[in-house]
Amino acid sequence: MELQTLTFIVVGITFAIYIGIAFWAKASSTSDFYVAGGGIHPVANGMATAADWMSAASFISMAGLIAFFGYGGSVFLMGWTGGYVLLAMLLAPYLRKFGKFTVPEFIGDRYYSKAARIVAVICLIVASVTYVIGQMKGIGVAFSRFLETTYEIGLLTGMGIVFIYAVMGGMKGITYTQIAQYVILIFAYTIPAIFISVELTGNPLPQLGLGSTMVGSETYLLDKLDQVVTELGFAQYTTQARLSTLNTFVYTLSLMIGTAGLPHVIIRFFTVKKVSDARSSAGWALVFITILYTTAPAVAAMARLNLHQTIEPQKGEYLEYEKRPNWFKNWEKTGLLAFEDKNGDGKITYTADAATNEMVKVDRDIMVLANPEIARLPKWVIALVAAGGLAAALSTAAGLLLAIASAISHDLLKGVFKPDISEKNELLASRIAMAGAIVLAGYLGFRPPDFAAGTVALAFGLAASSIFPALMMGIFSKRINKEGAIAGMIAGISVTLLYVFQHKGIMFIASTSFLGDMKANWFLGIEPNAFGAIGAVVNFVVAIVVSKMTAEPPEHIQHLVEDIRVPAGAGEATGH
Amino acid sequence: MANNNSESRQAYWQANLKLVAILLAIWFFISYVCGILLVDQLNAIKIGGYKLGFWFAQQGSMYGFVALIFVYARLMGKLDREHGVQD
Repeated sequence: MELQTLTFIVVGITFAIYIGIAFWAKASSTSDFYVAGGGIHPVANGMATAADWMSAASFISMAGLIAFFGYGGSVFLMGWTGGYVLLAMLLAPYLRKFGKFTVPEFIGDRYYSKAARIVAVICLIVASVTYVIGQMKGIGVAFSRFLETTYEIGLLTGMGIVFIYAVMGGMKGITYTQIAQYVILIFAYTIPAIFISVELTGNPLPQLGLGSTMVGSETYLLDKLDQVVTELGFAQYTTQARLSTLNTFVYTLSLMIGTAGLPHVIIRFFTVKKVSDARSSAGWALVFITILYTTAPAVAAMARLNLHQTIEPQKGEYLEYEKRPNWFKNWEKTGLLAFEDKNGDGKITYTADAATNEMVKVDRDIMVLANPEIARLPKWVIALVAAGGLAAALSTAAGLLLAIASAISHDLLKGVFKPDISEKNELLASRIAMAGAIVLAGYLGFRPPDFAAGTVALAFGLAASSIFPALMMGIFSKRINKEGAIAGMIAGISVTLLYVFQHKGIMFIASTSFLGDMKANWFLGIEPNAFGAIGAVVNFVVAIVVSKMTAEPPEHIQHLVEDIRVPAGAGEATGH
Repeated sequence: MANNNSESRQAYWQANLKLVAILLAIWFFISYVCGILLVDQLNAIKIGGYKLGFWFAQQGSMYGFVALIFVYARLMGKLDREHGVQD
C-alpha cells in the first residue's frame, strides 16, 4: 500500500478512537466536562496531564533540535521536566487548596484586585498565543509532509483542522480521550526508537542503546557519532555547548520556571480530589513525560548518525543526487529540505562549511518525522509516527486555545467588563476569541520566530517572567501586596517582551527587529529564548521593593495565605 | 485536630519549608551542578558509552526529578498526619 494512503488510514483510526471515547464518556457523565480529572486516580490524571503537556514541541521538534545541538539540546530536556519539581513543591498543592478554576482568579483574589486579574489575563494570553505559534509550525510541517505539499498549504490545512478540533471543545476536558492520546503518542514515539536502537546497537531500550556499542563493533555509538560529525567539521556532539555556560544555565531555568507558570498545566492540578493528590499527580505526570523525554536523546543521536551515514555511506563517498531516497524527495517538496549542487558533481556534499555544503536547508523540525524513513522502518511505523505527531500538536493547540478563549470570555468579559453577560454570549465570545487566536497564530506561523521548540521556549520565557513569580510570592509571602504584584508582573513581562521583540521583531515579524538577532547585541550573551529567567528575577525584585514601600495587604488576605498553606479543609474546586 | 493553635501551624509550615529547601537543593545539584556547571569535569568519567556529565544532562537529572517528587509527596503526607492537617 502507498505510504500516504496508509498514513491517512492510521490517522483516521486514531481520530475515530478519540471521538468515539469522547461521545461514550460524554453520555456517561456530563460533569466531567467541567471537572476534568475530578475523582480520577492520580495515575490516570498524570497520564492525561502528560498528553496535554507534550505538544508538537516535544514530539515533532525537540529531538530534531537535540540532533543538531548535541549536548546543547539538554536545555529542553532538563528545562521541560525539572519544572514539574517546582510545580509540585511550590504551587500545585496550594493552588488546589485555594480551590478556584483559573490562574487569573487566584491572582485576582490573592491580590484583592481586578487590575491584578486583568494583568494576569493579558500575560496569560501573550504567552499562550506565542505557544500556539510554535504548535502551528509543527502542524504545518506535519501536514505539508503527509499531503506532499508546501509548508504554507500544510499550515493552512492545519489551521482549519485545529479550529474544528478546538470548537468541539468538550472533548478536551474528557480525561479518557487524553489518556488515549497519550497511549498513541507514546507508542508512536517509542516504537521507531526501539526499532532503530536494536538496528544500531542491539539493545531494545533506547535509553541504554544510546550508551552502548554499535552492532558488530567495539565502538560506542556516541563516540562514533562524535567522530562522524567532527570529521565533517561540525562541533563534537557530546560536548557542543549552547553558546555559553551562563546561557545554558539561564535557558534551562527559564524553561523550568515557565513550566510552572503555564496556565493550561496548572489548571489540571486545581481539579484533583485532594491536596495530597495534587502532589502525587505531578509525580505521575512527570513519569509519563519522562518516558518520552529520556527516549528523545536516543532518537536525536541515532537520527543524526543515520542522516550522515545515508548521505555519506563511505568516508568521502557522498550519495549521488539522482540516487537519493524517497524521503529526501518528499521533504524537498515541502521546501523544508533543500539541495543545491554547488560543485556540479551530482553528489550531495554535506559539511559544516557553508561555502561547500550542499544541504542548504535542513529544517530541524523534520527530523523526528523523517527519522523512521531514513532508518527504512516498515511503513506502518512511519504512519504511526504521523498519527502521534498530530495527536500531540492538535491536543495541545486545542487546550491552549480553550485557555485563551476562557481567559477572554470568562476572566475578562464576565469577570470584569460585563458581569451580566448571558451564557450564550459568553460562549459566542469564546468562539470568536478562539478563531481570532488561530488566525493570528497561523499568520505568525508562516514566518515563525524559530523552530517549533524554540518558539515554544519563547512562550515559556513569557510565562516565567510574569505568572510564576506572582503565584509563588502569593503563597510564600504574606507581605507582597497588590501594588507589588502588579508592578512585578508588568515589569517582568515587559523586560522579556522588549528583549525578545528587539531581537526577533515586533510581534515576531523579523523585519521590525531593530537590534537584529545578533549575538553581539545580546545582554551578557543570553539568547532571547532564554531571557524569561532574567524577566522573572526582575519581577521578583520589583514586586518586593514596591511592596515594601506600600501598605501591607489587608488582614483577611493574610488569613487567606495562612489557610492555603495547610491541606486540611480543602473542598471541591469551585468558581465556574 | 484540624484547626488547632497557630503555633502548631507555624511549626508545620517551618518543617514544610525545610523539606522543600533540602529537596530543591538536590534538584539544583543534579541538573544545574552536574548537568551544566561541572559538565566538563564529569565528562572525564565514562559509564559505558555515556560521558557522565552528558548523562546527567540528558538522562540522569530527569530520573532524579521523578524520584524527588515522589519523595516529597510521601514525606509531606507524613508531615500532614503528624500535625493533624491532612485533608
